[in-house]
Amino acid sequence: MNPTMNAQSNLRRVAIDPVTRVEGHGKITLLLDADNHIHEARFHIVEFRGFEKFIQGRPYWEVPFFVQRLCGICPVSHQLAAAKAVDQLVGVEQLTPTAEKLRRLLHFGQTLQSHALHFFHLSSPDFLFGFGSDPAQRNIVGVLEKYPELALKGVKLRKYGQQIIAAIAGKRIHGTATVAGGMNKALSLAERDTLLADIQDILAWCQEAVTLNEHIHTSHPEHQVFATLRSNFLGMVGRGGELELYHGGLRATAADGKRIFDQFDYRGYQEIIREEVRSWSYMKFPYLTALGKEQGWYRVGPLARVNNCDSIATPLAETARKNFRAFGHGGFVHDTLAYHWARMIEALHCAESIHALLLDPDITGSELVATHGEKCSTGIGVIEAPRGTLFHHYQIDEQGLITKANLIVSTTSNNQAMNESVRAVANQYLDGHEITEGLLNHLEVAVRAYDPCLSCATHALGKMPLQIELLDADGLLLDRLSKASTGLIERTD
Amino acid sequence: MNKPKIRIATTSLAGCFGCHMSFLDMDERLVDLLEKVEFNRSPLTDIKQCGPCDIGLIEGGVCNAENVHVLREFRNNCRILIAVGACAINGGVPSMRNHYTLRECLKETYVNGVGVENPQIPMDVELPLLLDKVHAIHDIVRVDYYLPGCPPSPEEFLMVLGALLEGKEPALPRQLIHYD
Repeated sequence: MNPTMNAQSNLRRVAIDPVTRVEGHGKITLLLDADNHIHEARFHIVEFRGFEKFIQGRPYWEVPFFVQRLCGICPVSHQLAAAKAVDQLVGVEQLTPTAEKLRRLLHFGQTLQSHALHFFHLSSPDFLFGFGSDPAQRNIVGVLEKYPELALKGVKLRKYGQQIIAAIAGKRIHGTATVAGGMNKALSLAERDTLLADIQDILAWCQEAVTLNEHIHTSHPEHQVFATLRSNFLGMVGRGGELELYHGGLRATAADGKRIFDQFDYRGYQEIIREEVRSWSYMKFPYLTALGKEQGWYRVGPLARVNNCDSIATPLAETARKNFRAFGHGGFVHDTLAYHWARMIEALHCAESIHALLLDPDITGSELVATHGEKCSTGIGVIEAPRGTLFHHYQIDEQGLITKANLIVSTTSNNQAMNESVRAVANQYLDGHEITEGLLNHLEVAVRAYDPCLSCATHALGKMPLQIELLDADGLLLDRLSKASTGLIERTD
Repeated sequence: MNKPKIRIATTSLAGCFGCHMSFLDMDERLVDLLEKVEFNRSPLTDIKQCGPCDIGLIEGGVCNAENVHVLREFRNNCRILIAVGACAINGGVPSMRNHYTLRECLKETYVNGVGVENPQIPMDVELPLLLDKVHAIHDIVRVDYYLPGCPPSPEEFLMVLGALLEGKEPALPRQLIHYD
């Protein structure tokens, strides 16, 4: 199925290493034939950590604080997914109202800061300056110089999400909030009031971000076909089919809107998802078992969730969702770059939900931990992390020590889709022409749309200098480009 | 008037990106900092190769051959190299795999894992060689300063960079140095 590149000696190889302005380390390789048709497009993850092994033998209550160190961008997501699994291990079915609301508030804060980071700090330069613009300017520093007002709003949106996390978890990154069956600290009235003081600005800026992204997407026909795929979508929904990020049933829908399953109890995830290993990437390729590994790949994250849900419970985000669906003429929006628009709709939903939770009297309650029930040897926690559905699965022995762990992180679920998107863009833009810096960044723009968190996906990170080589069918070097320290692409031949 | 800016490069090796996020947690203070510094190679820019720099910030330990290469590139180009956070300083959480063989770790994920189809240990010319152990960066290169924490707080970053910008020896007050 996956012949190595060397075996396909009649094809030539183009590599982009690394993909930048994403979290973590990946590279892209393409195989082209003599007519420059793309035969293979691969997005590789090249590092490995091995959490599944080395948390074995550790006591279960340590796990949320180890596994959040998979990722400094969404540590809260990992802490919460693990905490939900730990609740099951100690026989807690239902948290106290205060604990559940605090966890939701924490999660909304996390999703808001992560979404803001992704758009403003990482992706906005592509849209504000252009995909093929000067790479020296194409970063958050350039945005701060050219669009200071917009950039500062992004910085402050992220700050607000981080402040919520700090109020609940003690610090912004790698804090401690959850305990088995609950939470470890109440939110004080003073902390609540401090957060409430800024919420109107946050709501307004999120609305502006939705409007900006809607405008960018709808006014650029070329964005609508850029890397666009028709795919299955997987995500969690609430009981009434509404957008749900913390707890609900799994829903999978085919590209044409046909339901594959709905309200599926995630503790049975092994029945519906398998993961294929391919020799050329440390990131696995999950698929829906019902459809098989050729047809069963799917997308997760904001685009999947906003398409897949029937409604959003907060009014401003619901209006935004309806506009989004109207753009898709009532059907799914498959445009890959619409991920950004959907992401900002979710950011708005987070801001509205934060507002509602801060006004809820339960949020400052002091009943934090539910009574533990009968111990259980298996715990499976699933949440919708900023980047998509996140699965944590643990087994323990009688001592409470971990014997088995399985993690399917959000970015892994988008592995095939990112590969397909890279292939689509390569087909659209490479097309027999010599390699240009524009092409390079176009491929990266396709990957960035998914907001991949490769630190999660591989549990490791790294960077390498960018160099691209174009070889002919006999392996003869035709063209070589490299990126100078100034960020400029140079032909080094 | 235009004093030349201090040039900073940053990278994340076998880390979680949390140190970079904590750096961004200086929020609006980033704008003031940018009056005095400019970024060279960093995950935040599209500059992909480290040029001559005044300060290099390294997050993460060293887990594969590529990490070694990048770390040496930074050491060769940065006048001052700072190990940022627990993983760069002593390997951190990723070095917990040092209790096991590399093969055991790979097998658990790709062969014995739950719901694994086509079990095999990935092996490809595109995948850099993994090291048998995860190392602190001072095992590979000379390090000038250590910035502790998981992650170090934005105040630590500001204090150290502030001191270096003024040509002073950085010193962190006790209350800024946290372990958890």
